[in-house]
Amino acid sequence: MRIVVLTKPVPDPASGQDRLGPDWRVDRAAAPAVLNGNDEYALEAALRLVEAHGGEITLLAMAPPSAPETLRKGLAMGADRAVLVTDPALAGSDIPSTVAVLAAALRDLEADLVLAGIDTSDGFAGVVPAALATTLRLPLLSNAAAIEPDPAAGRVRVRRIVQGGYDVLEAPLPALVSCTQALGAPRYPSLKGIMAARSKEIAVRSLADLGPLPRPVGGAVAETVVVAVDPPPPRGATRTVRAPAAEAAREIAEFLAARRLLP
Amino acid sequence: MSGRLVVVGELADGRPTRLTTEVATLGRRVAEDLGRPAVGILVGPDAAAAAETLAGFLPEVVAVDVPELVDLAPAPRVAAEVATLVVPEDGPILVGASPDGRDVAGALAVLLDRAVLANAVDVEVGPEGPTTVTPIFGGKSIVRSRFVGRPGIITVRPSSVDAAPAPAAGRIVGRAPAAASGGPTVRRLERVVEASGEIPLEEAPVVVVGGRGVGGPEGFALLQELAALLGGTVGATRAAVDAGWIPYARQIGQTGKVVRPRLYLGLGVSGAIQHKVGMQTAETIVAVNRDPDAPLSEYADLYVVGDLFEVGRALVAELRGRREGGGG
Ligand SMILES: Cc1cc2nc3c(=O)[nH]c(=O)nc-3n(C[C@H](O)[C@H](O)[C@H](O)COP(=O)(O)OP(=O)(O)OC[C@H]3O[C@@H](n4cnc5c(N)ncnc54)[C@H](O)[C@@H]3O)c2cc1C
Repeated sequence: MRIVVLTKPVPDPASGQDRLGPDWRVDRAAAPAVLNGNDEYALEAALRLVEAHGGEITLLAMAPPSAPETLRKGLAMGADRAVLVTDPALAGSDIPSTVAVLAAALRDLEADLVLAGIDTSDGFAGVVPAALATTLRLPLLSNAAAIEPDPAAGRVRVRRIVQGGYDVLEAPLPALVSCTQALGAPRYPSLKGIMAARSKEIAVRSLADLGPLPRPVGGAVAETVVVAVDPPPPRGATRTVRAPAAEAAREIAEFLAARRLLP
Repeated sequence: MSGRLVVVGELADGRPTRLTTEVATLGRRVAEDLGRPAVGILVGPDAAAAAETLAGFLPEVVAVDVPELVDLAPAPRVAAEVATLVVPEDGPILVGASPDGRDVAGALAVLLDRAVLANAVDVEVGPEGPTTVTPIFGGKSIVRSRFVGRPGIITVRPSSVDAAPAPAAGRIVGRAPAAASGGPTVRRLERVVEASGEIPLEEAPVVVVGGRGVGGPEGFALLQELAALLGGTVGATRAAVDAGWIPYARQIGQTGKVVRPRLYLGLGVSGAIQHKVGMQTAETIVAVNRDPDAPLSEYADLYVVGDLFEVGRALVAELRGRREGGGG
């Protein structure tokens, strides 16, 4: 099976330094880049599928030119190669541009299965998987907690998380699956994996390399614009209680009663 | 005819979801500010019946009954039907940022070739049109964005708006399905219900949340008891979910649910940034933690330094006592 995993480098949320720069774009110098958390679950799922069914994994990213360092981690986890679409004109792209570029790059990769994280920790929009599936006319199996392909029969089953339980969905291959944490924790790269990743290929493609696209793309044609960035409204001061349990419990109850939070 | 503001609804068990009524409430207000009519669109197996509820929130609801959606993943077909009903002058198009809503919004962005502003907690209207308000990076910054040119699609975060019905019910227009298909078919073979009757995390007024400090699945019994006494439900951190103490559906945070309860009570929760993303807009935040300096101590309203089991059990006794004493 040929699996493509969409991977986005994002500012590390754990660094506490993720922020927008003066141009109101992500300040990439302020925080180290990491692979988007949900994309790591997607990659882990891909690795397990290849272990069970055979095949190969390509990472696909549209990102700034610094991205190879981040993609290297995905290669160290076990992906076979990476494709990085990068072009100065793509800075500031909106969602339709991003989708058009990823779709063009995906057409060249002929995947049986495309895996994506359900959303990203910087944008949090979660609409790219459905937009890509629609553009490529691929079946979309979203919010996946388990992925069971049957390559011989040319179909895939997905356990999709819904309110209060899950649905079992089935679609023909090729298909696009958006992945959640419920698929299982991503592995740490082994030393051997890290060594092997050094010689794996990261193909860098510019917009020109993708050939003509069905729509203009990039920051210059973005149809959304940031107009203000502000700090959040402050919360009230914290009241700290240090007291024996019974007394602390009484304080909590009184605090809740005063705020009319007791039934 | 000038364009309409469109609210795309979502159905669950034959009814509009709570998020749908929240988005409708927001859409009604934004439409008034923009001077545009608002219309809701419901697509699904029981759309006409569900439209009765949604018409309580919007002046007009278009219902498209698609019986075969019972056995399909709904989003592609919903988007395809909505695309046939939206004219170029219409906008913005509001969709709830639920899993299905995000799928619908993504598909619509392509079908209608419209831009997307995601995850709004509010929409303001100025001379330049609608402006979305969105917290980013776990609430560290609040970003205001708008469309350049024609208004596009706005996804609205759950629990951002208090749903409030309109003073008068709107009219319902039935429409036959018009889309050829919803693209490649994804069949639903089975629906497995694991936790029926539980209050959905996003809808509970009180959420009692357990973290690594709870120590094991047994520890959650105390939290269940507290949740019952406070009229709420139980949530968890990723640490507790990863340990297998409680299902993933109960996780709050970046890769879990976003909640905005009236009360968040966290026991043995550190309040890491990825957790904070999912609960920071709770009206009141109370925490019990034996570490005086955990991140939650910086944004809780009441922070109790102590052992969660000791304080938790004492709180159960205290709440029971108040109930029996008729006080509180
Ligand atoms: C990509 C990514 C996505 C993530 N998504 C999420 C998410 O959606 N939701 C989420 O919650 N996390 C998420 N995390 C994990 C997050 O970073 C934290 O690791 C997690 O929230 C910590 O959970 P915790 O507070 O239960 O555990 P800890 O951080 O270990 O905190 C446990 C706390 O319990 C206290 N404690 C222990 N015993 C007791 C006791 N007996 N009495 C009182 N206090 C006690 C300790 O003092 C400590 O403060 C994500 C991480 C990554 C990298």
